[in-house]
Amino acid sequence: MEVENDLMSEKLNTDYILRLSGLEPLVVTAESNFVNVGERTNVTGSARFKRLILEEQYDTALEVALDQVRSGAQILDVNMDEGMLDGKAAMVKFLNLIASEPEIARIPIMIDSSKWDIIEAGLQCIQGKGVVNSISLKEGEEPFLYQANKVRQYGAAVVVMAFDENGQADTYERRIEICKRSYDLLVDTVGFNPADIIFDPNIFPVATGISEHDNYAVDFFKATKWIKENLPGAKVSGGVSNVSFSFRGNNAVREAMHSAFLYHGIQSGMDMGIVNAGMIEVYDEIPKDLLEHVEDVLLNRRSDATERLLAFAEKVKGSGKVKVEDNEWRKTTVEERLKHALVKGIVDYIEEDTEEARQKYDRPLHVIEGPLMDGMNVVGDLFGAGKMFLPQVVKSARVMKKSVAYLIPYLEEEKRLSGAEMSSKGKILLATVKGDVHDIGKNIVGVVLACNNYDIVDLGVMVPAEKILDEAAKVGADIIGLSGLITPSLDEMVHVAEEMERRKLSTPLLIGGATTSRVHTAVKIAPKYSGPAIHVLDASKSVGVASDLLGTKKDALVANVKGEYDQLREDHENRRSEKAHVSFKAACNNRTKIDWSAFEPTTPNHVGIKVFDDVDLEEIRKYIDWTPFFNTWMLKGKFPNIFENPTVGKEAKKLYDDANVMIDQLIADKKLVAKAVVGLWPAVAEGEDVVLENGTKFHFLRQQGKKGSNLPNMSLADFIAPKETGKQDHLGGFAVSIFGAHELAKAYEEDHDDYNSILVKAIADRFAEALAEMMHEKVRKEIWGYASEEILDNESLIKEKYEGIRPAPGYPACPDHTEKPILFELLEAEKSIGVELTESMAMYPASSVSGFYFSHPESKYFGLGKVYEDQIDDYTKRKSMDKEMIERWLAPNLGYK
Amino acid sequence: MSKLLEIAEERVLVLDGAMGTMIQRHKLTEEDFRNDELKDHPSPLKGNNDLLSFTRPDIIKEIHALYFEAGADIVETNTFSGTTIAQADYGLDTEYWVYKINYESAKIAREVADEFTAKEPNKPRFVAGSIGPTNRTASLSPDVNDPGYRAVTFDQLKDAYRLQVRALLEGGSDILLVETVFDTLNAKAALMAIDEECADRGVKVPIMVSGTITDASGRTLSGQTTEAFLISISHMPLLSVGLNCALGASQLRPYLQTLSEKANFLVSAHPNAGLPNEFGEYDQTPSEMGDQVEEYLQSSYVNILGGCCGTTPEHIKEIAARAAKYKPRKIDNVHATV
Repeated sequence: MEVENDLMSEKLNTDYILRLSGLEPLVVTAESNFVNVGERTNVTGSARFKRLILEEQYDTALEVALDQVRSGAQILDVNMDEGMLDGKAAMVKFLNLIASEPEIARIPIMIDSSKWDIIEAGLQCIQGKGVVNSISLKEGEEPFLYQANKVRQYGAAVVVMAFDENGQADTYERRIEICKRSYDLLVDTVGFNPADIIFDPNIFPVATGISEHDNYAVDFFKATKWIKENLPGAKVSGGVSNVSFSFRGNNAVREAMHSAFLYHGIQSGMDMGIVNAGMIEVYDEIPKDLLEHVEDVLLNRRSDATERLLAFAEKVKGSGKVKVEDNEWRKTTVEERLKHALVKGIVDYIEEDTEEARQKYDRPLHVIEGPLMDGMNVVGDLFGAGKMFLPQVVKSARVMKKSVAYLIPYLEEEKRLSGAEMSSKGKILLATVKGDVHDIGKNIVGVVLACNNYDIVDLGVMVPAEKILDEAAKVGADIIGLSGLITPSLDEMVHVAEEMERRKLSTPLLIGGATTSRVHTAVKIAPKYSGPAIHVLDASKSVGVASDLLGTKKDALVANVKGEYDQLREDHENRRSEKAHVSFKAACNNRTKIDWSAFEPTTPNHVGIKVFDDVDLEEIRKYIDWTPFFNTWMLKGKFPNIFENPTVGKEAKKLYDDANVMIDQLIADKKLVAKAVVGLWPAVAEGEDVVLENGTKFHFLRQQGKKGSNLPNMSLADFIAPKETGKQDHLGGFAVSIFGAHELAKAYEEDHDDYNSILVKAIADRFAEALAEMMHEKVRKEIWGYASEEILDNESLIKEKYEGIRPAPGYPACPDHTEKPILFELLEAEKSIGVELTESMAMYPASSVSGFYFSHPESKYFGLGKVYEDQIDDYTKRKSMDKEMIERWLAPNLGYK
Repeated sequence: MSKLLEIAEERVLVLDGAMGTMIQRHKLTEEDFRNDELKDHPSPLKGNNDLLSFTRPDIIKEIHALYFEAGADIVETNTFSGTTIAQADYGLDTEYWVYKINYESAKIAREVADEFTAKEPNKPRFVAGSIGPTNRTASLSPDVNDPGYRAVTFDQLKDAYRLQVRALLEGGSDILLVETVFDTLNAKAALMAIDEECADRGVKVPIMVSGTITDASGRTLSGQTTEAFLISISHMPLLSVGLNCALGASQLRPYLQTLSEKANFLVSAHPNAGLPNEFGEYDQTPSEMGDQVEEYLQSSYVNILGGCCGTTPEHIKEIAARAAKYKPRKIDNVHATV
């Protein structure tokens, strides 16, 4: 491998550009403006920060850092050098906490310490390329070279102090001598990238009254100029506040000094400086007389400069810049307050502010069309730009609704007097289609559209086509939006489209919901309707589509979508013909190979059904899988890592906290009731069916996709002992429901609180899933008892690490919803716990789960995929059902037609 | 090595495809993951694919050979989880087992590479020692309620990587590939371990680094943008910097463009075979993936191209065929490597 030597000995990055990074890059070129290094997170420089760290008030200490970033700091200096402190531990803790705050972690870190062990501990905490502040030749060459090489290996830039074995450089000559020597050692001996070397040629206080100090600033400027001209690539930095040390307490003078110092430093080539970003006056705005006195001192222009500035300083004693406090917004105009409340989702003052606005504006309508809409437009823009997230928007909508609700009596009074109407961008009718009860997504779309000033008519759930279209005609809907979650809803949507065609409508039809897709809309719905039929992926997309459809871009959008859907249909046709499959007979011959002779089915401890009337919610809570909850709110990420996500983490955490507060309340007030029924029955597999002792049959479908060698064509029937083995196996079934959420949601809606309405439904869904998980465990360990030794934590449960499965009819392994009534009858589900099936086989209440239990260790979840006519013919016979009917229920899975 | 660079100037180098996807095809059982020494190991070992390098070397060698046959210039060793940290899950976090995993994996990849090089001296084959991210993150807390907590320290990572690097080099790796970087701090620990090990051995080994952009936010799991990631690992003289995993070729394209414009190293990409379907399977066909990577080639974004999750020798064959039609990304301005 000797040939590689020449490869690696090349120098890196000879373009002399300093590149640093936090979560985002910071590239410092010759053309860059001066780089601000935030200095307030320094225990030696800020008494407040020191107190916060000593008292371990890290949350507040983080706010100091955030404040620096928001005031414009581009690098954050962190210093924990304090005798009373374990500096190393404090550095590690603070940097780790910063890493969890994306707004702070965005910028690079400057690890500031005079102790090498603190610096190294800090370097081990930052993923980005930061800056070490500082190393020097103070202790000689050996430690300098050792530390410099480490800094290189950790991948940081370095500040080198003009300091050597003989002390700190305080003249021009000493400064350049030490910097030159350090530079040569770093570049030639250590192999340091010259662009990553930053010199600090020492900024000392001036106007101290000691005449040796008078030329300090001038020498600094001169040394800076020399370094930039003679040490290629090197940068210059310094701690600017030092220069005004004599004027502590007089911020007006200090700010002027900092600003003037920076002005001249930058002229000499200074690249960056440690400054209080919130405490610099704009050079041009320094009063001329003050500036003259300050520059006399800095540039050492006259021998009496110090006395003159001291005398002048007495006159300009002021407080300097004052930071605006957070609750200052209450003091602004009512319009600003309304906007602030909307953007931040604060309901606390909304009624008094609305009332004030109502009195100020001549008509209540103008409050809505003026400040409220202005505020919601800001919200809409921020959401569109990805700077606000769904939970925040829903909270904004809650503020809006509360404000509008307050105005409604006045509006109606006015309307009664004048007959005026409110203007809106258009009327959109929304409905969850017949047979389906799921409406969280639809409600979110409604809120988002309403925020954007669309008039929303929401017909609720299980709405038949006829009612949707009658109502649309009655209210004069400009757009009709359909939603659904279960697969039969797809067919119902096709039906609505056909009905719209029959009625010769041209109203745009929007399709949304978890099982819907662009392909399905293109292939199945759009061809049935000559008006526009458009799939909308999620709530955030709905606004753009609605505004295009109701504006001048309508024709372009419709043409675009048509072209796209034509292409999708064509692709779909082509792909379908490509899909390799095998005959049903061949598939049956390639069933899952299970050695039944080696398996002894476990006889359940309890055969028949068992009802659980009122399951302890606190117990169920432990089984909650939170990840889908965040998906509901369009926050993408896995729990709990989602909280670390730099974009959505903070909102996810807020939402999670809100949810848990609500759950605490729901449990305390017993507002939700959890019920479950499970059943275990003797069963054997007969061919493709599973037959229970009482004669009940479950019919399963088999995969027909062409499989690789050794891969079976699976059916759930494979996981039950075949009759011919003579073994007595069992099949299980269950249904669980959470009652009460619907009523609570309704009460919230009446209070104009969509946020909590959606929240309570999403929580009930999670509880239903958690209850299913919990019951499955109970069945495995106790009721059936085939896995009595099992010990799994919740994460393992979510990852389905347990033995045996609980597939649900209507889902990938057994997509036929019409098996559900057979299961419900066996479980006596309606009678035992009160869960009902709609005509589309959706369960009511919506937060319900049902399914089968299989115990064999080889049983696994799979997707059925496409099935073909030979199997459907056989299936029709087995089920004694009408073929057309079966084809309708299984439409998404048909590989033919 | 100079050979690698010579080739890289002429054409796009081809890296292999997924190891896990290929292993899955064999439907292995617990026994396949055990040998005599491991027969009484108390915890299950199935799924610990790195062990197969010595419990079923026939399978791993066959996979390497399939990829070389498909046209790969470089194969990755079967050592994605070959650190004491990742092996802790299986109770194999001792120096003995981790050394063995890496040494044996590198050794068999070396043997297959040498066989192919002997057969086709005009097309020398290379072995890249694969260094995975481990299952812990140095800059993220696993505990929501304690954001300052870390499940692993920099030094723990560095020590674990050091052992892996030593064994990979002693087993005969030509290149070290720090890949699937989702936390840049982990990668920095790996780079430091490599730097120290190489300094001790007095050798220079070409290093490839490949990060993972988690989703459409365009950031790594630890929150960095592509350019910030590049800057954070540019302190080492790398052979290449690139991206792999999490996304398919078309989703990866904008981030690859950033690297192509900003990096002073060769640029690599080994994307997944599209995005997983609802069953977590990858169903992008070789020709679909080929079409998407061809766009990289047309734009001259890359010097090294391969596949990650879901890709197979058929995918690599397709990629190699497409790559052969184009000139590689210009490397005149690649300071670090030429």
